[in-house]
Amino acid sequence: MGDPGSGADAPQAGPPSVAARLAFYQRAGGVVTPLLTGLVAFAFGGVAVLATGHNPLTTYRAIFDGTGLNWLFPWVTGASRSLAASNLQQTLLLTTPLILTGLAVAFAFRCGLFNIGGQGQYTVGAIAAVWVGSSLHGTPGLLHILLAIGLASAVGALWGGIAGFLKATVGAHEVITTIMLNWVAYWAGTYLFSLGGPLQSSTQSSVPVSNDVVDSAKLHVFWGDPLLQGLDVGFFVALAALVVFWIVLNRTTLGYEVRAVGYNPDAARYGGIGVRRSYFLAMAISGLFAGLAGAIDILGWQFNLNVNDIQASTIGFIGIAVALLGRNTAVGTFFAALLFGALVSGTSTRHLDPTVFRPDLARNLTLLIQGLIVLFVGAPVLIVYARRAWRRLVGAFA
Amino acid sequence: MTRPARAAGVAGVALGALAFWLALPPVAVRSAVVPIAVGALAALAGAWTISQRELRLGRGAVAAGICGALLGVLATRAGVGNLEGVVVWSALVAAMLRFATPLTFAAIGGMFSERSGVVNIALEGMMLAGAFFGIWGADWGGSWVVGLLVAMAAGAVFGLVHAVFAIHLRADQIVGGTAINFLALGLTGFLFIDIYGSNGTPDLSSSQQIPDVTISTGNDFFSNAFGQLNLMIWLSLALLVVSYVVMFRTPIGLRIRAVGEHPLAADTVGISIYATRYAAVVLSGVLAAMGGAYLSIGFVHSFNENMTAGRGFIALAALIFGKWRPFGAFGAALLFGFSSALAPRLGGVSDWSSYAVLFQALPYVLTLIAVAGVIGRSIPPAAVGRPYEKQ
Repeated sequence: MGDPGSGADAPQAGPPSVAARLAFYQRAGGVVTPLLTGLVAFAFGGVAVLATGHNPLTTYRAIFDGTGLNWLFPWVTGASRSLAASNLQQTLLLTTPLILTGLAVAFAFRCGLFNIGGQGQYTVGAIAAVWVGSSLHGTPGLLHILLAIGLASAVGALWGGIAGFLKATVGAHEVITTIMLNWVAYWAGTYLFSLGGPLQSSTQSSVPVSNDVVDSAKLHVFWGDPLLQGLDVGFFVALAALVVFWIVLNRTTLGYEVRAVGYNPDAARYGGIGVRRSYFLAMAISGLFAGLAGAIDILGWQFNLNVNDIQASTIGFIGIAVALLGRNTAVGTFFAALLFGALVSGTSTRHLDPTVFRPDLARNLTLLIQGLIVLFVGAPVLIVYARRAWRRLVGAFA
Repeated sequence: MTRPARAAGVAGVALGALAFWLALPPVAVRSAVVPIAVGALAALAGAWTISQRELRLGRGAVAAGICGALLGVLATRAGVGNLEGVVVWSALVAAMLRFATPLTFAAIGGMFSERSGVVNIALEGMMLAGAFFGIWGADWGGSWVVGLLVAMAAGAVFGLVHAVFAIHLRADQIVGGTAINFLALGLTGFLFIDIYGSNGTPDLSSSQQIPDVTISTGNDFFSNAFGQLNLMIWLSLALLVVSYVVMFRTPIGLRIRAVGEHPLAADTVGISIYATRYAAVVLSGVLAAMGGAYLSIGFVHSFNENMTAGRGFIALAALIFGKWRPFGAFGAALLFGFSSALAPRLGGVSDWSSYAVLFQALPYVLTLIAVAGVIGRSIPPAAVGRPYEKQ
């Protein structure tokens, strides 16, 4: 926290562009903001649990055990250790796409754009991956995987790029266009796999589902039983994406331009940076990350795409919370994705002990906590106010 | 030069619609040549309009011609018997109004908020809150009036939260709106399961349902279309007129618009920016929640987790498509409502069942086209999305 001067904390009366507020928000308190926000959100969630007549502490404990993060404790042994291992595999399986959809939001954010379209970009990526993965029989494994991932990323980039293109050419607000593109992807996916749709299963004529991905195009499972959804190498792809995100933003000309446009598009234009080009590229790269997430889910553990999967998926939306909580940085995105992956997995019907807390209630608890985190993180002024109140409190006692 | 060009453009759009209409009952032309010919005529009129430099109208006419021809050809391929089952105009009109009503409420709510300079992508969450608290209030108070009031109060609370974060805390309004959507989804789901569990909401007695207004019980077109509509549908039409008058014919509306276009100027002449924005955002929450309450206690008579299923976003689309104007938004809501009414009916026709799903994407595609500026550019209020700081 490097704010100069104690009295200068008042929110700057700066120009009201998204980018200026973004810069302010990046400065408003290092890791303290996300940590405080998380704590407050969990406290509110605890009150909601209390209101239903349950003990919040035992509930949070059960959710924590459901995430498998207790695997990290050396004193957990025997049967509970192997259970923890399998739970942790599920948590990391969820963390993987959340890292990528989080990056999809974060990258655009660094360019001053708000990408709400992660969900649609994820969906079109998943559709492309399942199409390639379940066709092209006889293609050698690695090539098949690369083709599926490549096409999914390209389609995701296209989906994000449409919004970027419209922003760059006619100035259409990216929030509106990405919301619309989300729903177009939603209905296109529903059409493709619904009964009689062009990509509907050739073997199960009465189920609205795609064909299965062929075995050779599935990603290698390196931890746990492949038949019980072990953790696949897609996790490392997500970790690599974090590194790529950091390098592109901080060590390349493109990243410099993107950040410059994010801070102040007018100054960037004056400095000779192609603002329109940056808008388009930032959205396309964002879409690429989200499309990649879709491919990894399909090739890693889903292996087919159901109409219900498309309609119920919220991976892209959680990505917004991931990026905001992670303050649009690589490291932050990783930890935020882990937190939300753990929350979703720990409250799932499969992992949460129903005698402690109903999983369907807990699922909504996750949404509540998510909403509170986004609400508080989005208002950096709150932290400034809180800090000022804290100082006054300390001053009163000193 | 522009007059004949405009006339040609309008005629082109009309011809495009005609191309589709001819293939439907009662005319039900069976030859694919007719819609193609009429559609081509529309496109020609559009092309000429473009050459006369009326670009937007011309492009619109070309698009209408192509769409009309395509839909018309599609229609000629289905059996007349099937079509008569699907296209019963009076039933379609009634269904269109039913689907359009929640959108109208939310879109008009969104108009107040956005015209005052506060982006409201939280319409979805506010609508969902209205849907849940409407049925909860009706269940608790034993009357739909109580339900509607509780829904409106819930919408006001969500609106207030959005307003506090957007106005006083100067949070990013889109981030705040996203948060409200998550919160509403989590809160309504949490309460729904905690209160009603897996049994779902109880059956509503007739005094707990928003009543229908019976005007006429005959069997002619008018009676079938308008004779038995829900009270909320008539209310939405009244709201439409009132909100138009308020927004464009009264000092209040002038203030709201001034605050949304140029807050500094408005502040200078003594209009309270904060008070105006608070009132507008809270009002938008109330109206969106009324749309949600119509869904739960006026239309479906039950509640499900996430039952609004994106209708708040369609309302947002209608608002943009309608260029932030009440009648424009209503027209868009009718169009989107029509596609919602038609889609399930098309699903019943064997040749079309898989295409019917695509109809649901129509509102979103049209809005994309609209914001891309192909058919008349949609330009938002100038200060929308920007927090205002008092000097």
